Amino acid sequence: MKTSIESNNIGSTIESELVASDTASSHDDHHAPSGWTRWVFSTNHKDIGTLYLIFSLTMFFIGGAMAMVIRAELFQPGLQLVEPNFFNQMTTVHGLIMVFGAVMPAFTGLANWMIPMMIGAPDMALPRMNNLSFWILPFAFLILLASLFTEGGGPNFGWTFYAPLSTTYSPDSTALFVFSVHIMGISSIMGAINVIVTIFNMRAPGMTLMKMPMFVWTWLITAFLLIAVMPVLAGAVTMVLTDKYFGTSFFDAAGGGDPVMFQHIFWFFGHPEVYIMILPSFGIVSAIVPAFSGKKLFGYNSMVYATVSIALMSFLVWAHHMFTTGMPVFAELFFMYCTMLISVPTGVKVFNWVATMWRGSLTFETPMLFAIAFIVLFTIGGFSGLMLAIVPADFQYHDTYFVVAHFHYVLVSGAVFSIMAAAYYWLPKWTGNMYNQRLSLWHFWTSLISVNILFFPMHFLGLAGMPRRIPDYAIQFADVNQIVSIGGFAFGLSQLLFLWVVIKCIKGGEKAPAKPWERAEGLEWTVPSPAPHHTFDQPPKID
Amino acid sequence: MGIGEKKDKQKANKALTAKLLFAVVAMFGFGYALVPLYDVMCDALGINGKTNKVAIDQPHGMAIDLSRTIDVELMAHIPSGMLWQMKPKVRTLQVHPGQVIQTAYLAKNLSQQDTIVQAVPSVSPGIAATHFNKMECFCFTRQPLKAGESTELGLVFYIEPDIPDSIHTLTLSYTVFDITDSVEQEPKSVAMLTNSTATPRRSE
Repeated sequence: MKTSIESNNIGSTIESELVASDTASSHDDHHAPSGWTRWVFSTNHKDIGTLYLIFSLTMFFIGGAMAMVIRAELFQPGLQLVEPNFFNQMTTVHGLIMVFGAVMPAFTGLANWMIPMMIGAPDMALPRMNNLSFWILPFAFLILLASLFTEGGGPNFGWTFYAPLSTTYSPDSTALFVFSVHIMGISSIMGAINVIVTIFNMRAPGMTLMKMPMFVWTWLITAFLLIAVMPVLAGAVTMVLTDKYFGTSFFDAAGGGDPVMFQHIFWFFGHPEVYIMILPSFGIVSAIVPAFSGKKLFGYNSMVYATVSIALMSFLVWAHHMFTTGMPVFAELFFMYCTMLISVPTGVKVFNWVATMWRGSLTFETPMLFAIAFIVLFTIGGFSGLMLAIVPADFQYHDTYFVVAHFHYVLVSGAVFSIMAAAYYWLPKWTGNMYNQRLSLWHFWTSLISVNILFFPMHFLGLAGMPRRIPDYAIQFADVNQIVSIGGFAFGLSQLLFLWVVIKCIKGGEKAPAKPWERAEGLEWTVPSPAPHHTFDQPPKID
Repeated sequence: MGIGEKKDKQKANKALTAKLLFAVVAMFGFGYALVPLYDVMCDALGINGKTNKVAIDQPHGMAIDLSRTIDVELMAHIPSGMLWQMKPKVRTLQVHPGQVIQTAYLAKNLSQQDTIVQAVPSVSPGIAATHFNKMECFCFTRQPLKAGESTELGLVFYIEPDIPDSIHTLTLSYTVFDITDSVEQEPKSVAMLTNSTATPRRSE
């Protein structure tokens, strides 16, 4: 038993922790952690980061299983496997889980693990809050998933929960949905506060703001976005709650409210939210591309300013989600031009990554492959976003599979691919072992091919007029849907490879040196692999 | 790191956390502030097709612009499943801007129950809404109708002469909502309530 523990990462972290304990005596929470209490009571940023990442991976598979149900139902026209109401619950909960359960906790996990190590801090600034912000999260998703088993079913109104679908016509379990979103919101707000306080107060001497790695910068800005918009989401769900159960009329026209106002409030949160889900990706890619190009990141300053301007502009474009609600023309034009303007700072980023690779001596390890795939496929998603920004064109694309194709390109082959890249890039640091490269390449290529079979034909379905969120479709869409579903199943299966690689890597493998990537830069590579339980108790020297 | 230095750091952390928590509370408040803000914006910009909620008198000496005629189309929308009939007496009216028009809707309660409804007007194109003024409207008050009863619901309006030239047709649509349940839940008398939202106010 003892030997088996010591052979894995946990064992080796405990060892290094014991070695490091002399220098870490200033820690209040200092005791050798053991058993399950290590995880439940942990205030250590690396443990909490690990918890977030494991949670995120679990949710990724649960949400993915729901996507498989959706694709199985859509394999053929007509109703085959599930009731329409259940289909609607699947689309809704798939969205909620992937957004709030998979992508956002993965970023928070990466932030917990990497930010203190990148800025030379011993831990996050608020370790107890860190523990709380993670441990309320499983309860949020237990509540959400439990609502699926109530009479009348779980939420079936789409992850955007438009009123009056979520008020007048929603199932009895809507209160459970509202409370779970409250808890998710509180969790991510606490995570965001922690990140900001850590970055502002805990940087090692000499680590000026403009020396911070891009990942730290993008997370800092993401955290401000979270603080600005998560409370608005909390307000929106609270209004839905009181409208449904306590007789208020925020969104009820009969009582003087307005259902269109729901969309304004929701998208005031919702649009910055999509940048919350992509800015940390930009940071990850900005770390990986230079490491495998043998060059410094091209245009660091412009990267910082581009991130800030994307964040600021994200508050000015929310109504491009609502072009068909009957807005006046000048408002449509305003939101159209603002939306198109965002592609300028985003374009700056893409050009900077390409310029970083330009005439570099590139090597194609798995993190780099995922990062390059990110750049190409995210850009495709950006282009379809530009098409959707055009008001007259949007009237055709609105609520079709074109929109589904667009946001899956930016979120799956964008955000999720960047998280995979990050996982491969830092797994040696986390576990002390190299991952199995052959398997990881299999994972990359199967994912890359299947993700395009899955999402690219959706563009054509959308242009041909197939509406989203409907369990059935006209027979002329049958062939393409079959291809899409096959791509979907293949992509789902490919992710089992990822799970295998990660488990294998945690269990053992070729020992990783402190700096497994020769040309990588950053403080995280100056500590041994696996990173000891406590790092940078003495702040590092930064030149 | 010295003990004093550590204390300072903790103090700084607490101060920044407090500021950020304040920002969170403020943004939660902002979410709710969007509700009145939305109405103010719709009013100020004349968007969303919302018309005046209380009666407006026509200013003295408003000239009728005989050179222009605007088609005013009247509509009513009854939610599915509601046993209620409502239709305009006249479907389309030719209106000169400035002209005071009197018309009516015919409503009938087809159900077996006494019903109270609220009609909510909307003008399309939305940009015309601020130029469309109602001097008298059944939508200012709740409309109780006994089972099987029918009634004529009066409407008096005028269109301001400064309505943009681009507008040749204007649609006035009423959506009827059954609010019997929510009115009965309220403790005050119905008679008071039916007038509470409708105290006619002089226009500015």
